[in-house]
Amino acid sequence: MSGTFVGMPAFPEAAREAVADPTLRGNLRHATHTIRAKRAAAVAEVSDWAELREAGKRIKDHTLRHLDRYLVQLEEAVTAAGGTVHWAADAEEANRIVTRLVKETGESEVVKVKSMATQEIGLNEALEAEGIRAYETDLAELIVQLGKDRPSHILVPAIHRNRGEIRDIFRAEMGEWGRPAPEGLTDTPAELAEAARLHLREKFLRAKVGISGANFMVAETGTLVVVESEGNGRMCLTLPQTLISVVGIEKIVPTWRDLEVFLQTLPRSSTAERMNPYTSTWTGTRDGRAGEGDGPRAFHLVLLDNGRTDTLADEVGRQALRCIRCSACLNVCPVYERAGGHAYGSVYPGPIGAILSPQLRGTGSEIDASLPYASSLCGACYEVCPVAIDIPEVLVHLRERVVEGGTVTREGNKVVLKPARGHAAERAAMRAARWAFARPGALRAGQRLASRTRALHPRTLPGPGRAWSAARDLPAVPAEPFRDWWRRTNGGNAEEGTTK
Amino acid sequence: MSSRELILGRVRRALADVPPDDTPYEDAVARGYLREHGERGVEETVELLAENLADYRAIVHRCGEDELPSLLARLLAERKASTVLVPSGLEESWLAGTDVARVADRAESGPHELDAVDSVVTACAVAVAETGTIVLDGGPDQGRRRITLIPDHHICVVRVPGQVVSSVPQALERLDPGRPLTWISGPSATSDIELDRVEGVHGPRTLEVILVG
Amino acid sequence: MRVALFLTCVNDTLYPDTGRAVVKLLTRLGVEVDFPMAQTCCGQAHYNTGYRHEAEPLARHFSDVFGEYEAIVTPSGSCGAMVRELYPRMGERARAEGRGDALAATLAPVVPKTYELTEFLVDVLGVTDVGAYYPHTVTYHPTCHGLRGLGLGDRPRRLLQAVEGLELVELPGADECCGFGGTFALKNADVSAAMGTDKVRNAEATGAEVLCAADNSCLMHIGGTMTRLRTGMRPVHLAEILASTEREPAL
Repeated sequence: MSGTFVGMPAFPEAAREAVADPTLRGNLRHATHTIRAKRAAAVAEVSDWAELREAGKRIKDHTLRHLDRYLVQLEEAVTAAGGTVHWAADAEEANRIVTRLVKETGESEVVKVKSMATQEIGLNEALEAEGIRAYETDLAELIVQLGKDRPSHILVPAIHRNRGEIRDIFRAEMGEWGRPAPEGLTDTPAELAEAARLHLREKFLRAKVGISGANFMVAETGTLVVVESEGNGRMCLTLPQTLISVVGIEKIVPTWRDLEVFLQTLPRSSTAERMNPYTSTWTGTRDGRAGEGDGPRAFHLVLLDNGRTDTLADEVGRQALRCIRCSACLNVCPVYERAGGHAYGSVYPGPIGAILSPQLRGTGSEIDASLPYASSLCGACYEVCPVAIDIPEVLVHLRERVVEGGTVTREGNKVVLKPARGHAAERAAMRAARWAFARPGALRAGQRLASRTRALHPRTLPGPGRAWSAARDLPAVPAEPFRDWWRRTNGGNAEEGTTK
Repeated sequence: MSSRELILGRVRRALADVPPDDTPYEDAVARGYLREHGERGVEETVELLAENLADYRAIVHRCGEDELPSLLARLLAERKASTVLVPSGLEESWLAGTDVARVADRAESGPHELDAVDSVVTACAVAVAETGTIVLDGGPDQGRRRITLIPDHHICVVRVPGQVVSSVPQALERLDPGRPLTWISGPSATSDIELDRVEGVHGPRTLEVILVG
Repeated sequence: MRVALFLTCVNDTLYPDTGRAVVKLLTRLGVEVDFPMAQTCCGQAHYNTGYRHEAEPLARHFSDVFGEYEAIVTPSGSCGAMVRELYPRMGERARAEGRGDALAATLAPVVPKTYELTEFLVDVLGVTDVGAYYPHTVTYHPTCHGLRGLGLGDRPRRLLQAVEGLELVELPGADECCGFGGTFALKNADVSAAMGTDKVRNAEATGAEVLCAADNSCLMHIGGTMTRLRTGMRPVHLAEILASTEREPAL
């Protein structure tokens, strides 16, 4: 994935800063709580939500099961409709293909629709290095780009910014990139949206090359689908002469009809709307067909692997490829709400990021090895996921990979991972605990020792125990464990007094 | 080896653990969900469409076929539009009541040219009551996608009840995936500032929908 | 009816009062309770931290100890969920690793007959009024594995509402995790503590004297945060409230 995040500290350290930042905490709390209640209401409106969720899961599972077949079918359909299909095994290859395609048009700037895939591969940086300027046109992406910031949310990459901060960024930076912010710009959302409209208008109208991702690709028809709100997507998809779409290979659905599921579940899960303001679908180009001159004359589809086939090879972890990037799991996650998106060190933050990044990138780096632990396993993410990804299950599975090592697939090859360093003491403790728990006598001896020395127990701990007692007191150890009471009183029958 | 072969090979190896399954797709996925939500009569469906359009800040009008030209003339006048984009196949009579200058939807028109136009009037392909959505498919009475994108004022005429369906599944059945489709639910909006919805970004900030019939 | 009390290692060691309360409550309702002395730990901490293979012998031991009982009752949503949800998954994973059906077959008998306490009361015994008396203002925190894992729904609340003298007040953000999460509390201590603080502040805002939950591991975290923040609220396990009567009130 993007080089932007290389050298990230492990999640707990990165999260510590966020937890201590009251503005960030306030921004995230406000935004996530706003959307949580709305999503719940939007979902409650449809009585067949459970069935839609199940169908979505099955469509995606079936597609992944036959992914090779559907990829070939999609390629045929897109080609027949006048598009050109490219295959990119990794980020570098995808960037190379896109750069070449842009250069072939002779243009040195492109307009972009918000796209997770192009964020993932660091396309903007790759284009910049070749002298091509990429303008982000989604409002939140614009805020991130102008603020020289990193995205912190899948749907709303600038969720960590409040309206006042956004106004300051617009005032300070818009002039550097084009039309400056209007005089006297305030922090009302409507004015901020208007400022973005004016700033981006000139870029849309002169754009010759558009770059997008896609929410769905229909194998049987070769149709691509972009779901959006602002109209920046429509601008980028229809005004330029050349359109380049970079899409992960898992975004396929087999049939046109399958959209009836996802066009119901995606808007309600992401923006909590019955339907998002704009959805565009296109099949190849209109050249030589009715409506000639409608939309780009050249269409390129870049199919991206970049770790997806490795993820597909993991029988527990592959369910992460069902993800439709709605971000409902981020919005309900109590850990995301406090740690913020940047702590995840990836364009995919939150619960889905915690299972996606370590699979797409492997668990080799400090941040990736720490992500599976960035969860209390509360299950709120699984509950809201519209394609029923059991995120806690995959988190635990990835923890196992970190501590035990084992066989994984990297770049298509099976490799055997060693257990991660830094878990040796924990591993020894877990083994010791397992040994004791397999022997009730050993457990009882430990309990008694704890009870007899209870007067000596502090309420706070030194050393590694500080992790607990820095913020919480320890419970008092009782005079006797339950099992001693049970034995002493014959199951409470010989209980002294009347307390039991 | 090409990247195509490389990726397809990786996919096949990745699935080596999965038992073969040649169930036809129609049978592989259980579709226990509804074709539409609730039971409504024709008029109730149209009312639901109007309600949901309005809920997402589209301005909804209803009129009879014969009243349409005067209504369109009035809406354009209220908007103080001096130019209006007209798709080539738009019903001639619809704009018979207005003398606002017409601009044709032509292949050679550039974006800057369209940016100078005040309003656009189109028909639609289908409208979805449950979601308050109108769908354009680039048909002759709807024109190229950009004409409903660049002007700031879009008036869309829906023939009721003929063009109205209840649900998303029913809408997809009626639509041709080979055509470029634009699904529109209210004017453009964003939730990018504090996850709160604000109307009016890049697409037309005013969407008026006329239910005719 | 004769049932086994699966108390959990945390309750056995640190919260014997909860165990005594369950015994008292079930005995009062005419249930014969046994505490198999060989019980230790269900293996949840191992499993959830990534040590599934270390958890397997503990799961087999659990099955050996509890397999013969008619019903297994536990005052812990998360340990109950471990048996009900994750034991079957452990069996599946062993099968996928080419180790056959042995583990799945060993664990299968205990899965359907393990009940979290409130399930046992409401679904098996069919009672919501257990004859308890507890004259205090109480707010209830549904713990995650009980709420979302086992789907306890409104069972705990129905039981609390039937308690004489008890005033139940709504906890804002009740469904949100308290931040315990087992080893999460140590590995991500800052986030965990922030979640705990928010939970305690919400609880305080209710004006209740007692925060009740049906899982002592979460209460250990919430209670430890409460005393650190000097709130004056008390964390109390649901079983202790349900065991309390006018004649023999809870401490």
